[in-house]
Amino acid sequence: MIDSALDFWLWLQDGPLLGILLTVLAYQLGLWINRCAGGTPVLHPVIIAIALLIGLLLLADIPYRDYFAGAQFIHFLLGPATVALAVPLFDHKEQIRRLALPLLVACTVGVVTAVGSTLLLAWLLGARVETMLSLAPKSVTTPIAIGISEQIGGIPSVAAGMVLIAGAIGCILGPILFRLFKIREHEVQGFTMGLAAHGFGTAQSFGISHQAGAFAGLALGMAGLLTAFLLPLLVRLLGL
Amino acid sequence: MLAGIITLLICQLAGELLARLLNLPIPGPVLGLVILLTILLIRGEVPAGIRTVAETLLRYLALLFVPAGVGLMVYGDLIRADWQIMAIVLVVSTALTMLATALTFRYLLRRAQRNDD
Repeated sequence: MIDSALDFWLWLQDGPLLGILLTVLAYQLGLWINRCAGGTPVLHPVIIAIALLIGLLLLADIPYRDYFAGAQFIHFLLGPATVALAVPLFDHKEQIRRLALPLLVACTVGVVTAVGSTLLLAWLLGARVETMLSLAPKSVTTPIAIGISEQIGGIPSVAAGMVLIAGAIGCILGPILFRLFKIREHEVQGFTMGLAAHGFGTAQSFGISHQAGAFAGLALGMAGLLTAFLLPLLVRLLGL
Repeated sequence: MLAGIITLLICQLAGELLARLLNLPIPGPVLGLVILLTILLIRGEVPAGIRTVAETLLRYLALLFVPAGVGLMVYGDLIRADWQIMAIVLVVSTALTMLATALTFRYLLRRAQRNDD
């Protein structure tokens, strides 16, 4: 009996079933805990799910590699999901056409500030190169940030963690900054949240108004694209 | 539905291929995004199959980050060594980015609206 239970456990650790099941379960639990906490971005379902899984794997002494052998099937879907971002971008094409210049300029200023201030600050504070490169795409939506960090020699897992935390920080800072600087236009609030806090900021902006949400989604897509094109070039130029 | 899955995967494949052929330092799926967007702009609409698959994937987008995020457990040493830097950079840079974006966009938006009048 003990033997067969052990066999089953070993078999389970070898296959993809356990990694996939644990990931979906932890996320469902994260959604549930987040709902109980009133939907605050600080306790984002993803952050809860990651914390739960890390705790569980450490307790059960399962190496990350074994977990990822299954979870990679979920991870793979980030690729098609990135391609799928073309659909919401297409849906915003009227707004893009109407406000092409302001959107492009604001997006460029935002992306350059995000990447520039991150690299400069991290360098000034004496961060390791891996830390710098993993922080660099922090404002960008996670699927694109993971792709970028693979390209530029950062650590995709650390980059993903930084993006998620940056998103939560953006959701807290946004409303405070908007009040301090009297930024009331919903287009501006949404665009700013989407650019600096990607999907987290977009979700929060839909709570302000549909218009704010639409501009946030637009900023998320534009900033992701622009960063994916700019950052690898910049890193090459800086010789990191 | 199946046509949508095939379209997304082929766009991703084309993106990966393009990135390698042209030796571009851009993630393949991001080029795939540009390819799909170009196709959609030429067609002038999103075919129902593509919309169904895309919206389903994007509804569960957050779930897809979890496996990579769990990978943080492997980098405990790096995080312990640099966590203060990470925290400062995340807060300061996010605040600067928001201010730069909001102030630029508001200025340009007001100017554009004034020109419209």
